[in-house]
Amino acid sequence: MADHTTAAPPVLSIRDLRVSTCGREPVEILKGVGFDIAPGETVCLVGESGSGKSVTSLVTMDLLPQGELCATSGSVKLNGEEILTATPARTKTLRGSDMAMIFQEPMTALNPVLKIGLQMDEVYRAHRRMSPAERRQAALEVFASVHLPDPPRIYDSYPHQLSGGQRQRVMIAMALALKPRLLIADEPTTALDVTTQKQILTLIRELQEQQNTAVLFITHDMGVVADIADRVCVMRHGEMVESGTVEEVLSRPTQLYTQALLRAVPSLTPRKPRPEVTGTPAIEVNALEKVFQIGSLAGQLMGRAPHRVHAVNRVSFRLAQGRTLGIVGESGSGKSTVARCVLRLEDPSAGEIRIDGQDIARLRAGKALASARRRVQMVFQDPNRSLNPRLRIAESMIEGPLNLGESRASALGRAGELIEVVGLPRTSLQRFPHQFSGGQRQRIAIARALMMDPEVIVADEAVSALDVSVQAQVLELLADLQAKRNLAILFITHDLRVAAQICDEVMVMRRGAVVEHGPAAEVLAHPRHDYTRSLIAAAPGRDWDFAAGRRLEVLT
Amino acid sequence: MTTPAYPALPRRRFARNLPHWTVILSLVVLAAALAMAVLAPQLANFDPTRINAAMRLQPASETYWLGTDSFGRDLYSRIIYGARVSLVVGAGVAAGAILIGLPLGLLAGWFRGIDAVLMRLMDGMMAIPGILLAIAIVALTKAGLVTVIIAIMIPEIPQVVRLVRSRVLAARAEPYVEAAQLLGTPAPRLILRHLLPATIAPLIVQATYIYASAILTEAALSFLGVGIGTETPTWGNIMAEGRLYFAMRPWLVFWPAIVLSLCILSINLLGDALRDRLDPKMKGRAE
Amino acid sequence: MLYYLLRRLLMAVPVMFLIALIVFLLLRLTPGDPAQAIAGDQASPEQIAAIRDSLGLDAPLTTQFTTWIGNMLHGDFGNSLISQRPVLEMIGQRIGPTLALATVAMILTVIISLPLGVAAARRHGGLVDRLVMSLSVLGFSVPIFVIGYVLIGIFAVHLKWFPVQGYKPLSDGIWPFLHRIFLPGLALSSIYIALVSRMTRAAMLEVLREDYIRTARAKGLSERVVLFRHALRNAAIPILTVVGTGFAMMISGVVVTETVFNVPGLGRLVVDAVLARDYPLIQAIILLTAGTYVVINLLIDVSYALTDPRIRYQ
Repeated sequence: MADHTTAAPPVLSIRDLRVSTCGREPVEILKGVGFDIAPGETVCLVGESGSGKSVTSLVTMDLLPQGELCATSGSVKLNGEEILTATPARTKTLRGSDMAMIFQEPMTALNPVLKIGLQMDEVYRAHRRMSPAERRQAALEVFASVHLPDPPRIYDSYPHQLSGGQRQRVMIAMALALKPRLLIADEPTTALDVTTQKQILTLIRELQEQQNTAVLFITHDMGVVADIADRVCVMRHGEMVESGTVEEVLSRPTQLYTQALLRAVPSLTPRKPRPEVTGTPAIEVNALEKVFQIGSLAGQLMGRAPHRVHAVNRVSFRLAQGRTLGIVGESGSGKSTVARCVLRLEDPSAGEIRIDGQDIARLRAGKALASARRRVQMVFQDPNRSLNPRLRIAESMIEGPLNLGESRASALGRAGELIEVVGLPRTSLQRFPHQFSGGQRQRIAIARALMMDPEVIVADEAVSALDVSVQAQVLELLADLQAKRNLAILFITHDLRVAAQICDEVMVMRRGAVVEHGPAAEVLAHPRHDYTRSLIAAAPGRDWDFAAGRRLEVLT
Repeated sequence: MTTPAYPALPRRRFARNLPHWTVILSLVVLAAALAMAVLAPQLANFDPTRINAAMRLQPASETYWLGTDSFGRDLYSRIIYGARVSLVVGAGVAAGAILIGLPLGLLAGWFRGIDAVLMRLMDGMMAIPGILLAIAIVALTKAGLVTVIIAIMIPEIPQVVRLVRSRVLAARAEPYVEAAQLLGTPAPRLILRHLLPATIAPLIVQATYIYASAILTEAALSFLGVGIGTETPTWGNIMAEGRLYFAMRPWLVFWPAIVLSLCILSINLLGDALRDRLDPKMKGRAE
Repeated sequence: MLYYLLRRLLMAVPVMFLIALIVFLLLRLTPGDPAQAIAGDQASPEQIAAIRDSLGLDAPLTTQFTTWIGNMLHGDFGNSLISQRPVLEMIGQRIGPTLALATVAMILTVIISLPLGVAAARRHGGLVDRLVMSLSVLGFSVPIFVIGYVLIGIFAVHLKWFPVQGYKPLSDGIWPFLHRIFLPGLALSSIYIALVSRMTRAAMLEVLREDYIRTARAKGLSERVVLFRHALRNAAIPILTVVGTGFAMMISGVVVTETVFNVPGLGRLVVDAVLARDYPLIQAIILLTAGTYVVINLLIDVSYALTDPRIRYQ
């Protein structure tokens, strides 16, 4: 970690910052936040959604949405200069030259209709007097310094022609082009795959050391914190709960909230395997394939062969009652397509899907498929969208049983029982989805799946939209239900930590194919395939034991 | 964690609960128009079709509040009766366009096979300028109230179909619709229960816009002389007759124009207010 | 890009065919005898027979349709029932004023509504915004003929800045041309301005919420660069779309405007044709305007590809 001398004056100094909504009934969003960042230092702002960490960064950049949020008191000093009272013209000059920012979504943070070169060029044109040739030269050099391949080609590309990781490198290049004293990074790797995340974090660290930049890093991921922070500020509901050096906060948290946050981080060490079960598997998939064909009549007339994407290539697995199989992989690995085929939300191109011995891969829509579907139910990723916002919870829950011919009264009775099983009061049935939090809605979605009395539950990234503390509770609920109801769970995730905690078996997928498949303890502790190894190596905070609160010695 | 972490801001409440003054004013105007249509015999001073050659083109007076037209008919009474045609045409067109467009849009949004053919047909209908189509239809049949309603309604249908279809396609991509499929909900029930409700709010808004534009088109048809015959006064044909004397008596055109414009303005303002409240995502009538 | 264009072109063919079919069926499916309807109540049996004959109404529907389409593909749109001249020739004589009127209205629309829409979006809820929104509601609500008469009343009758009515072609000189076409052009563009400025505002408001606008601001770019380079280009597609779909509205407006200002264009021709029930002429004008609509929207599809590289590289 970078050593910093406390004698150096801080680059950014925030004192008692308060921000509230504008309008007649202001609501305080930030309630007195304060910290310093020295040159070359990385401060992590960590907290769950709604904690006010992003608002802090926007105040610093003077980018608060106009007419919606206003800073009411306190001070934000950049190199000793007050930002809150500076003129808009002055903060505009500072932005991009003295302080710069990178954002969460590299996919949307670059203007899609302008070439990368032009977007880079603007930075120089806005802040420096340079000739066009000098600007281009400077841009190409910065592209090279962020390790972008073939800078002249990147310069002439449009954003959609680059991968997510490359786009984030372009963002970093633009942010660091003028060597700012302060870099604000707002969840810059959250939308990226773990291996890309690792590379981007390494890059930020490397450039920071070269330029002695102060970095304000916003994240919700304790693993990332353990990897990169010098100091940590924990935020909750607009307040600073705790701050200190990374060792202090992670090993000896004084506040209950921080302790709970750390406890909720799942360990990378696989849990003890459960005994294997023999007999007919609840679900058996043999040589499943899914090919997407992209192309149209006009294309074919012009002699273009339709573009074929092999999303799933000969995937086979068996899953017994009461056990959990995790499918892990990065985006585009085909893991979700497997799930969607198993549920027949996509029609498989080839292969068998046997539920309790019956092959459902070829069933046509109708009665037979409907009754087969009852046995496999799904929990979706986004709890905000998986419940019909216009229906009461009761209506959503009894929809399936009514389709199967159950009487309304009996279905309602079961709904009342199940909603309590997932930890919500019976009165929830009369309410609408928007009256619940994300975690609660995910509980409702689980209850709705259970109403069908399924044998298999497919959970597609079912906890990745949730904050860690909520995530832990939902995982606990799933494990509990599995034990009581002998459910088979097919768990799709990109998060190795989650997989390590709940899976008996793990299947690693890459580009539609299975690269490694075996008991979780085997695959995650002693990976045989290089790809699995690189995935595990890239998992943030892998050298930190969050339960014990100490750094681990890990071989790389 | 893929959702941005910026806090959801509470909306400014005072602006939401009280209707805007324009909304109240619009409701007053529309109530007045409705009163004109329903109570026309009580409100009018004369029979709107009574010709009086001696009283041609009279200026406004105590007897003839707004003066008389070139046949000596009382302008005020004709304008009062004119409300009937406009309001009925607007209602007929809006109701008809939605009754036909809604099921077509639902079908196009759900069944991919129907979609391609139906949408090309709608593209074709959109390409024909509405007034030309209406003129042609009216020209070929007798220009009665029903013909006019049908003629104005047909060009409005594609807009409704496109709106409903786009909403259905958007709703189909929602996980809650997939969830319903997994729960074994058959297609017809799925459409009625999960997709139809997503189209209601934008349709209500669209209906008000259609209402306004139908009144406008009816007036234009009458103005061009291809609408409902002059024996039934409409705001459009009052203007059409008045325009021959525009240089001498401009108010023969301006009075019906003001009433007509106020009425359409009120409906449009109500539509905008409804849209802001029911369906803030809708970009406007161009969707 | 080529592939994209070809696909669009292929989609236009069935649309044109369907338009022809709709226009064709319009006459044939009207209840009663179309020849009787065209000829009017006082027509003698001989006149009706003549119309039946000239329209080929006695042949089976499919034959009628194929002959009709075949003739049109050879450039034969039929003859007027009244003047007996080829309708294409009649249209050719009247198309100039209409094109001039539409062009002027289009230019006025662009130079008025784009700045208005951008200014309104820049300060959402501000004075300019409310003004633009009010004006656009007004533009939607006041019929073109009323706007026309108000303009005539103020600028021609009262102030005497412009002639009341009439048209001079461009060949008579630029000044007489502009002097006569300005008021009708303004009247015609009113509803279009309302539509385009409203859509510009809505599209800009949407784009201004995008992440890349925040990025542009975080780079310290000036507001002008953010608005015009980063935002407006991204807002272009919905704006171009309404310009295209609004074209049908513009044609409807042309008919009314030409009547108000007594411009001898297609709009007048179609009204006269309707009053005389000159069906071949009506059919041809509808087909031509619909064809123009399809072509304009095809051009707009091409311009999508020019503004958005994601479409270009498809």
